[in-house]
Amino acid sequence: MRRFLASQAKGLVDQTRRHHHKSRLFLSPLPSLSSPPLPNPARSPLVSLSRFLSSTSDMSASDSTSSLPVTLDNINPKVLKCEYAVRGEIVNIAQKLQEDLKTNKDAYPFDEIIYCNIGNPQSLGQLPIRFFREVLALCDHTSLLDESETHGLFSTDAIDRAWKILDTIPGRATGAYSHSQGIKGLRDTIAAGIEARDGFPADPNDIFLTDGASPAVHMMMQLLLSSEKDGILCPIPQYPLYSASIALHGGSLVPYYLDEATGWGLEISDLKKQLEEARSKGITVRALVVINPGNPTGQVLGEENQRDIVNFCKQEGLVLLADEVYQENVYVPDKKFHSFKKVARSLGHGEKDFALVSFQSVSKGYYGECGKRGGYMEVTGFTSDVREQIYKMASVNLCSNISGQILASLVMSPPKPGDDSYDSYMAERDGILSSMAKRAKTLEEALNNLEGLTCNRAEGAMYLFPQIKLPQKAIEAAEAAKTAPDAFYCKRLLNATGIVVVPGSGFGQVPGTWHFRCTILPQEDKIPAIVNRLTEFHKSFMDEFRE
Amino acid sequence: MEYESLNENVKKCQYAVRGELYLRASELQKEGKKIIFTNVGNPHAMGQKPLTFPRQVVALCQAPFLLDDPNVGMLFPADAIARAKHYLSLTSGGLGAYSDSRGLPGVRKEVAEFIERRDGYPSDPELIFLTDGASKGVMQILNCVIRNERDGILVPVPQYPLYSATISLLGGSLVPYYLEESENWGLDVNNLRQSVAQARSQGISIRAMVIINPGNPTGQCLSEANLREILEFCHKEKLVLLGDEVYQQNIYQDERPFISSRKVLMEMGSPFSKEVQLVSFHTVSKGYWGECGQRGGYFEMTNIPPRSVEEIYKVASIALSPNVSAQIFMGLMVNPPKPGDISYDQFARESKGILESLRRKARIMTDGFNSCKNVVCNFTEGAMYSFPQIKLPPGAIQAAKQAGKVPDVFYCLKLLEATGISTVPGSGFGQKEGVFHLRTTILPAEEEMPEIMDSFKKFNDGFMAQYESNFGYSRM
Repeated sequence: MRRFLASQAKGLVDQTRRHHHKSRLFLSPLPSLSSPPLPNPARSPLVSLSRFLSSTSDMSASDSTSSLPVTLDNINPKVLKCEYAVRGEIVNIAQKLQEDLKTNKDAYPFDEIIYCNIGNPQSLGQLPIRFFREVLALCDHTSLLDESETHGLFSTDAIDRAWKILDTIPGRATGAYSHSQGIKGLRDTIAAGIEARDGFPADPNDIFLTDGASPAVHMMMQLLLSSEKDGILCPIPQYPLYSASIALHGGSLVPYYLDEATGWGLEISDLKKQLEEARSKGITVRALVVINPGNPTGQVLGEENQRDIVNFCKQEGLVLLADEVYQENVYVPDKKFHSFKKVARSLGHGEKDFALVSFQSVSKGYYGECGKRGGYMEVTGFTSDVREQIYKMASVNLCSNISGQILASLVMSPPKPGDDSYDSYMAERDGILSSMAKRAKTLEEALNNLEGLTCNRAEGAMYLFPQIKLPQKAIEAAEAAKTAPDAFYCKRLLNATGIVVVPGSGFGQVPGTWHFRCTILPQEDKIPAIVNRLTEFHKSFMDEFRE
Repeated sequence: MEYESLNENVKKCQYAVRGELYLRASELQKEGKKIIFTNVGNPHAMGQKPLTFPRQVVALCQAPFLLDDPNVGMLFPADAIARAKHYLSLTSGGLGAYSDSRGLPGVRKEVAEFIERRDGYPSDPELIFLTDGASKGVMQILNCVIRNERDGILVPVPQYPLYSATISLLGGSLVPYYLEESENWGLDVNNLRQSVAQARSQGISIRAMVIINPGNPTGQCLSEANLREILEFCHKEKLVLLGDEVYQQNIYQDERPFISSRKVLMEMGSPFSKEVQLVSFHTVSKGYWGECGQRGGYFEMTNIPPRSVEEIYKVASIALSPNVSAQIFMGLMVNPPKPGDISYDQFARESKGILESLRRKARIMTDGFNSCKNVVCNFTEGAMYSFPQIKLPPGAIQAAKQAGKVPDVFYCLKLLEATGISTVPGSGFGQKEGVFHLRTTILPAEEEMPEIMDSFKKFNDGFMAQYESNFGYSRM
């Protein structure tokens, strides 16, 4: 076994030599061969030489005190620690109610559950973009391209695009594992799309296609976090993928608070303060997460704010992790999405001197293709030895799903003026986005009309995050029920109306304040009923608990 | 962010399947050399065609507006249309909506029914989680089991390096148990016992055991007796058994058909059937489907406590849901066309053709390797690989040392440069000290096999002649 690991380590050295790096950077010391000599080395298995061997022999008994090995007592504690409220307790209750509704309709004051907990547009009636699905179907079943009837069922440009894509796939084999970063031709398309968006070049070799943006976030957390002494600055409130991922990878979340009073603004002075405090506690802060447009908060950052953030990261030696999955969801005329890559390049920070990872997804925008699991991260400003490690991690899972890869390339290079599908594509796109803007406004106004509720406008993304000023009586009732006050409110809301939202505590909030996150995604025709039910519920809740 | 400050676990982990040899092969390919990639079990990349029926169904799910078109019947058979409608009705919004984090209940039900038909024992859909490929499932389960570097996982050597890489990433300890090459890569329970005792004396807490059946890279199919021994062993030592059964449809001999770990466990009755914790893995990437690019898989839990299942569900929910297309592929795989269905004949013909060809190729490759100087190769009983032992002469080992390479890496690089055949050196999978192998797949097209084996033989015999010296060569 020692030879197994020796050859592993050697392999690593050889690989790095081939990439012309000083071996001192790579020779993690091999654990010493301190295991006792074995009677018959050729036949007796040797124990693994992972780190433990350097410790003196420990005669602790085997750890199986319970009769079943994987119990809650001995499951990985990081798993126990992490939480993800978007599909947490409230959703479980809702699902049970939904089951029960099937047979017990009369027991409830509502006849359907409306899931406003999760950004899952197509589950609430939003239709996919037709052009995208035409291309995907043709790539799934390529023999369609040889049939004459196909021209009657598919648009010409979809057929052309499918051919173009298939020509970048060796053997047109969409069922084969691809390059671990994703199919090269698709990365070329995505890079061109990024360049068209930003006005600055993008390198296809910087792109890693992943099964949605979330696995890419996990990869970066895994890379950056070695122990709880490593910290990641995260906005509060945040999308709980970040807190969960940091917990799973054993790191520390260093919070910075967004300012609700100023439209969820980000103050550099607060960032600095949190950073310094963390450092004083012995935490090495490795990166800053910015979600723009924000989730759950919906704010779109101003360019100047973005410049300050870039400069801050540069000064403090932090990697900027830019979650930009809502880049196509901007609803207000006074704000515009600017990618952090564009901002950094505009400031003169080049490929080599600013570490930035930008995340994009096919799940949001106007395409809402959550179930396809498509996305990518663009990794810039890292040395090649670090990038090799990212590649290595990606390679263990071989590659992301091909259909999702294709979709990511379509999202970054949709139909252009003059294309056959352009007009219908634009109509679909504009229809969805204008409807989202409308629903965002309608729900925001309705929420602001409720007693004790204030709601910042949703400048972007897909959510509203109102603050509820809960009366003391309600807070006490929650305590008695051993529930967080916002969860108490949300459960009551669910049981009275069938509407599922996520308590603010799932995202983080200033202590003593309470929020909930509600999506803007139910179809327009459902919005009046939602507003009515919510209004009625809230009134009776306040009647019950008002001072 | 500097290399030095990266997570050590990431730096330590290795995955040779797409490591040095593959990178070199890709470089050579860019320079215009014809490369035969046999480094990864990727059937469609080697010319195997996708089965027609599932592609028809998924294409219809992808573009549901087709179902409304009166002419759809001209392009798609009626049973594909019906299946597409059925699967769409199981979703909450077609392929584009997140499903339940464990996968669509309707598909999990199909998987449970498949398992029951296969094994003769009922299976609970609530304990079946669909994943983006089986690898993701393996990572999720190991993540629950490994707490720190004192947690050990028993892994066969040679093994598919997903296990070593994942254990490394998670900061655990890999505890190897050697398979016996001279006994067709058989598993001796005494080896297991010794490994465990040794590890425990070093303060390692053994938590789980991995079996890969049929084996990768070794291809052996475990006998029922062997499986019983393993399950008894896991019961006694209180280990979770991880049963990687992704190659269960790839069986090339008739003496040892595939029998699932779960079936054997159930047959053993109490207390085993109620107490041994087992997680079984399957995929759409292998078998005769070979749909690697879809990233579809599942794991099934047996005797895992409900609270632990909840935690596993919680972690799955952070990733929201597995991709829906692949879930449909999984449903179709476990519930394929039946006799009498319109598409059955074509489906059966395509499937049979692929499996019979694989069986022939397993034989061609084994025989081809065995005809080469200093090469000994066990027969590929199952899976998709050939894992010949290359008896490298001392002269070659010395030359490797001088080149700064592990001997089998040295050999494989030379093989690659001479013939364009891209393999994975045995060191990537683990092997006994001083014994060298390489792994290749049996996937190249049948008509190309004779030429490939000729090319290999020419290179190998030349290599041996070049490096052979008077004092013999590496012993087995």
